[in-house]
Amino acid sequence: MKTKVLAIDDSRTIRNLLAATLEEAGFEYHCAVDGREGVDMYPDVDPDVVITDINMPNLDGFGVIEELRGTGINSKVPILVLTTESAPELKARARGAGATGWITKPFDDASLIFALKRVTGAAA
Amino acid sequence: MSGSIQDTFFEECEELLEATDEGLTAIEGGDHDPEVVNAIFRAVHSIKGGAGAFGLDDLVAFAHRFETVFDEVRSNRLDLDPKLIQLLLRSSDHLSALVEVARDGGEVDEAHHDTLLAALDEYIPEEEEDLTFEPMGLGGPAAAPEVIVPQEETYRIRFHPLKEMYGTGNEPFFLFQALKDMGELTVTLDENELPGFDSMDVSDSYLAWDLVLVTKEPRSIVEAVFEFVEGLCELSIDGDGDAEAEANALAALDAMFSAPPVEAALPDPAPDTAADSASAPFEPPAPAPEPEAKPAAAEDKASAPKAESGKQEQRSGPKPTLRVELERVDRLINAVGELIINHSMLAQQIANLNVSDTRDVETELEGFKNLARDIQEGVMAIRAQPVKPLFQRMARIVREASAATEKTCKLVNEGENTEVDKTVIERLSDPLTHILRNAVDHGIEKPEDREAAGKSRIGEIRLSASHRSGSVCIEIKDDGAGVNRPRVKQIAIEKGLIPENAELTDAEIDNLLFAPGFSTAKEVSNLSGRGVGMDVVKNAVTGLGGRINISSTPGKGSTFTIILPLTLAVMDGMVVSVADQTMVVPITSIVETMRGSDDMINSLGADGTLLSIRGNFVPICDVAGGLGLYRESDQQAGVYLLVETETGQRCALAVDDIHDQRQVVIKSLDGVCGEIPGVAAATILGDGKIAMILDPESIIAASPTAAAFDTERRMSNAS
Amino acid sequence: MQAEVKQTDQEVKHAEHSEFVSFTVAGQAFCLKITQIREIRRWSPVTILPHAPADVLGVMNLRGAVIPIYDLSARFGLQQTEASERNVVIVVSVHGKPVGLLAESVSEIISINPDEIQETPPVDSRNTMEYIQGIISHDDTMVRIINLDAVISAPEQVML
Repeated sequence: MKTKVLAIDDSRTIRNLLAATLEEAGFEYHCAVDGREGVDMYPDVDPDVVITDINMPNLDGFGVIEELRGTGINSKVPILVLTTESAPELKARARGAGATGWITKPFDDASLIFALKRVTGAAA
Repeated sequence: MSGSIQDTFFEECEELLEATDEGLTAIEGGDHDPEVVNAIFRAVHSIKGGAGAFGLDDLVAFAHRFETVFDEVRSNRLDLDPKLIQLLLRSSDHLSALVEVARDGGEVDEAHHDTLLAALDEYIPEEEEDLTFEPMGLGGPAAAPEVIVPQEETYRIRFHPLKEMYGTGNEPFFLFQALKDMGELTVTLDENELPGFDSMDVSDSYLAWDLVLVTKEPRSIVEAVFEFVEGLCELSIDGDGDAEAEANALAALDAMFSAPPVEAALPDPAPDTAADSASAPFEPPAPAPEPEAKPAAAEDKASAPKAESGKQEQRSGPKPTLRVELERVDRLINAVGELIINHSMLAQQIANLNVSDTRDVETELEGFKNLARDIQEGVMAIRAQPVKPLFQRMARIVREASAATEKTCKLVNEGENTEVDKTVIERLSDPLTHILRNAVDHGIEKPEDREAAGKSRIGEIRLSASHRSGSVCIEIKDDGAGVNRPRVKQIAIEKGLIPENAELTDAEIDNLLFAPGFSTAKEVSNLSGRGVGMDVVKNAVTGLGGRINISSTPGKGSTFTIILPLTLAVMDGMVVSVADQTMVVPITSIVETMRGSDDMINSLGADGTLLSIRGNFVPICDVAGGLGLYRESDQQAGVYLLVETETGQRCALAVDDIHDQRQVVIKSLDGVCGEIPGVAAATILGDGKIAMILDPESIIAASPTAAAFDTERRMSNAS
Repeated sequence: MQAEVKQTDQEVKHAEHSEFVSFTVAGQAFCLKITQIREIRRWSPVTILPHAPADVLGVMNLRGAVIPIYDLSARFGLQQTEASERNVVIVVSVHGKPVGLLAESVSEIISINPDEIQETPPVDSRNTMEYIQGIISHDDTMVRIINLDAVISAPEQVML
């Protein structure tokens, strides 16, 4: 089984970047264009890890984390948040909501894969 | 990072910039809905995020500043006063400019850039300003520049997760896995803290691990593995003889995560993990084989999932779209055009067969025709796009023009979702820009003059688009002073466009604006003029097969109306014969057709003739003569097409015969020959022959009878 | 009724030679490099372009494209051709656009060594001079090599 990634980001550019890197590295890539869609797609995709943007329409990244953590079955899925700032308080807030880790945009392939490895054990 | 992703970025930027513009326009219009503000924040934020990925530092820096101000607005720490709104609008324009420079190259207006940055900074509180945007590496293997000669080192790691860690989805197991990839790892479970079964709190964390890692990776990488769990665990990392350095590093990390500890309202703190680990303790080099197998399995299928995930990407969009090269669509459009021509050829061949009963074939042929039309409409629809982006760009033009002329104007857009052929939209940009600059420059009065005239200080320009009986109608309406007719007339006389004693109707004076050589630009300002007059606008519109009208009321304002065909590729035409040639006249210009008799024709002067239609006299314009063609047969031009020009002038085009009305595929004569007076384009008829598509407007303009009669009419109007 | 001119075979055979197609215009022999010619068609009536100069016969439908047809004879300042079914239209490509040239008839394909090409001797006919880039002697007749770029200027300027 490939490691399944559900990426949630409203930016097509970021989605394409993630898709390119992850598919290249052998992950199974799924994506949603906003938080609401991401949460809705979650049960169908049943990913091994979720990567979510913070600023999104309909439901933001914090909302995504809260909703996924709120339902028992999803409580343990690793969730990585994508942030543009390396601001500590943003990370603290994401973690407070239940995020597993974070990826700072702009990311390079290696750091993305390294982050995924630390939360899923999967390596490129 | 392939170019195609960068293309995606620029495409997305266009959309995001539109969204920003749209939001700001709404805010300018008084809509301060938090969601509008949020949407702009997100759009700018996304531009920043994408720009960062491609190392577009100028863009990132500016977007960041812009976004930070919006964050202040979003958090209600800043009021959206008019001054700030103007700054945001200008910043949005500048952001567009930066995107353009990033995409197409060119120079950024440094001074303008710095002015805006400084202006934005004034709205950003001190401490926020310090929060500079600096991409921080994740400490992945790629981010280890400090190591030059990798040397093996042994780290002793004590790792004791707090219960909070399990609420974040972090698994010790995976962390160990990551460590193991770096070198040789020994894991020992310390379950000494496990209380007796009775006193065990399932939500607490009792397990700790002692790890020994021998690796060539530098300390920073080892620490980076625990980045996500810092503050969620007790962690110590002892390198060989670097106790001091380690203490410092940990202190620094602690400082970094001085955030309040995570509260215990975490659902399901994963007691099962603890239990599982306890019952199946790690054996060095422990981690279960399953996760190890993952990468291998993943590699096997590495190439397989592309199609699937591509599908996913499409499915996940709110409205699935497909991006195709324009050239492919155009090829399809050409092919469908040929198909339609092919149909008429086939129909003609069948008619020539002399078969008595062709009803069955004709039924099928009719079906063929309908299908071809369906395909054609479908293909044309692909090229159709809403005018919204075009209109939004115009808001910027009006802002710039207002700033340059020290006037205050707002642009109100209507019917933005009206869809028009892509080429039409592209070619409308310049004419619209010119008309709008003109409207701000010459139409809208200075604020104090407006006030004196009892109008609002802010001038309003309304830009609207709508579909009107098979055409697209674009209207530009300002509430300014209207055309200064005495001045226009005087200029026209000075420039020799009309005789000094000419008596013109108001409409005729207004239409002088479109006359070649008439440009009031020079003496008024350098803004709208730029060396071209409204005649260029008119040419651009007629070049698209459209027409433009102006109407104006002194003191109330002017309205420009542009009527355009829905598509550039086909049109409805009347097929006629002129001097043994088959030609096509656009249906849109024909008011009525009639066969003339001798008693309807009246002479005027030496060779002018007028056609009397129900008591009205209309000049006759011989098409063959106008085109410089001579009849070889003795057929006379006995059929008249009554046409009306933009100025409302009517004229009867005399042709030899009328055949039928049909849709024809327009073939441009660009590159085939130069401009031919009286001819707009060509088409290919059913028999494979080429026919000229006529331009009645220019035929009439060149006709001496029509011109003479027109002058006479003006005179009689005046008296 | 059209003869596609195949060029590759002959070209390979005489690498050092150039292939030319010779034809007659107003009784005189002219030629064009075979690589300049896209196809040769029999004349069929064209659609007249209003206000066109005398050497522009009109436009023709070439597989869906509208292409202008020039009367070479009139272009060279010789008499105008009364085009008929016996005449041919040589379709060439100028500035990337197809253009038809009316000639009386096509004669043959001749192979020319570049050394055989002679400078055009000065004659007092400016029109012809401009359009001829050299002459060759073939079977005791003089064949004029047409300078295509001079005959057909850039499309925009054609009608001005």
